Amino acid sequence: MRILTICGMGMGTSMMLRLFVEEALKAEGIKASVTAVDLGSYKGTPADIIVAPTDMESHLKNATARVVYIKNLIDKKEVKEKVIAAVQDFQNPPAAAEDDPQ
Amino acid sequence: MNDQPIELRALLTAQTVKANAAVSSWEESAEVVGQLMVEAGTIEPRYIEAMKRTVRELGPYMVIAPGIALLHARPEDGVKELSLGLITLTTPVEFGHSTNDPVDLVFALAAVNKDAHVSALQVLAGMLMDEAILAQMRSASDTASLVSVIQTYGGNAS
Repeated sequence: MRILTICGMGMGTSMMLRLFVEEALKAEGIKASVTAVDLGSYKGTPADIIVAPTDMESHLKNATARVVYIKNLIDKKEVKEKVIAAVQDFQNPPAAAEDDPQ
Repeated sequence: MNDQPIELRALLTAQTVKANAAVSSWEESAEVVGQLMVEAGTIEPRYIEAMKRTVRELGPYMVIAPGIALLHARPEDGVKELSLGLITLTTPVEFGHSTNDPVDLVFALAAVNKDAHVSALQVLAGMLMDEAILAQMRSASDTASLVSVIQTYGGNAS
């Protein structure tokens, strides 16, 4: 599973985000490759899940991966909750949506 | 474990920190914090423009948490030395972020390359997650007190 963390300049915030994502995955025993990239490079990098700051939405509208938006980049809890939810969704995509009341 | 906190302490010193700056726009906040770093000799004046351009072109995503902005641009935009600036504002300003405005803590990061500053950022993140430290930073009555809050941060980097 490939996860990308994104920020505008490919340094700073995307790296912090990468650290938090890696921590969250490790705590849950989930294996994935996590790479920090900048907005300019993400299109060339295949990913299953993208983690980005909110307010980057307009730049990521056409992303084919699942995109997770984080409001508070220094809130490890928010990062963990949202990323783990996206990972679980990715690993267990809802099959027969019509039968499933959820 | 002691070299991480020292790194942050070495970056945020009286030279690049200013408490209670009075600015009336986010652009002005970038100019004020940037000017500290220009005077400290760590960035060229054009880096200030580059930080503002980043906000305009990419959006205000660098308001990374409620009230906290982390301005930055690229190494090639005029960084001379790894540095971190901080100003606290008497009146918060709007960057246009959907949830994290208004901002009263403006950090500016100048990195020479992508990796140089990761550990300093980790410690910064740890500091900013600490509500008590944030409160102390916001209520510091002058620059010396603000610097002292940062300098005494023990860096419980987990």
